[in-house]
Amino acid sequence: MPEALAPLLSEKALWLGITFAIYCVTVVIYKLSHGKPFLLPIFTTILVIIGILKWTGIEYKVYFEGSYFLHFLLGPATVALALPLYEQRERLAKMWLPLTCGLFAGGTIVIVSSVLIAHYFGATLGTVITLAPKSVTAPIAMGICEKTGGIVALCGPLVVATGVIGSMLAPPIIKLLREKDDAVAGFAIGLTAHGSGTAVAFQISRETGAFSGLATGLNGIFTAFAIPLILPWLLSAIGY
Amino acid sequence: MLLPIALILMFQTAGIAIENLFGLTVPGPVMGLLLYLASLFLYPKMRELTMPVVNFLLSHMVIFFVPAGVGLMQYFDLLSREWLAITASIVGSSIIALVTTILVTRTVSRLMQKKGADHA
Repeated sequence: MPEALAPLLSEKALWLGITFAIYCVTVVIYKLSHGKPFLLPIFTTILVIIGILKWTGIEYKVYFEGSYFLHFLLGPATVALALPLYEQRERLAKMWLPLTCGLFAGGTIVIVSSVLIAHYFGATLGTVITLAPKSVTAPIAMGICEKTGGIVALCGPLVVATGVIGSMLAPPIIKLLREKDDAVAGFAIGLTAHGSGTAVAFQISRETGAFSGLATGLNGIFTAFAIPLILPWLLSAIGY
Repeated sequence: MLLPIALILMFQTAGIAIENLFGLTVPGPVMGLLLYLASLFLYPKMRELTMPVVNFLLSHMVIFFVPAGVGLMQYFDLLSREWLAITASIVGSSIIALVTTILVTRTVSRLMQKKGADHA
């Protein structure tokens, strides 16, 4: 690259432009593929950008600073999650007791089991901490990760992976348990697989999708309060 | 469009202020979410006011993960060492969570229906 163009690397317009452009292309490819899970735009966009950085030898720090504006928007996006929750208030009022019980049971066990299983299979402390909030929507999970000392960069990808895997596991499990109530099934999907799960839930039925969205918001809030309480205790119980 | 942006940023800032003031372990933006939720209940017109920017944020949320996601390139070693533990943890805990949530929600909901029927 010519010397005169070097300052371009710290130019936000360059990195934001590249990110948007690649994302747009991956969305088109995803649509053309009729939604193959491994072509999910978030997944392919990240891979392509990593490829570009590795190929050009540009450091991650340069890219992160250049595209920081997008990262910043995770905060406002977290605040925005209140609106879909508010719009579900009537459903919530009708079924608040069973849903609250499901939220406390499911929300707690997903944290405990992910920590214990990761520890059993020999994950290091940083990975174990990062896995704890992986079932909640990414902006909240990353916020939790920053507070608990997890690996923030690893948190986003793990959340996305959980969303994809959880959405694939949900339909067979719902069938196996013979769950006929779309509200209950949707609630379990959203609690486990956040936004990606909700997208899949809407393909089952509108009611499934609505309750999945409700669970995504509620479990995000529940987990943000539960992890600081459960995690230190859990980590000391397994000997960290 | 400018007023809704200002409102959402103010909820976020207030949430972060609460986090710092009380030394909370809950992330500031989550406190901002709760403040915004409370404002929606107290002042329903807030929904109309904030709708344009909220819809924008929610429908494009995926792209906001990209900068942090690219950070994965720093952790390829960790992933190649711990991929089994990570995969087992995600698959195992997702199955456990799905089953638990369905069984608990279903049981409580049936108990309530039964109780409701007894009363009737």
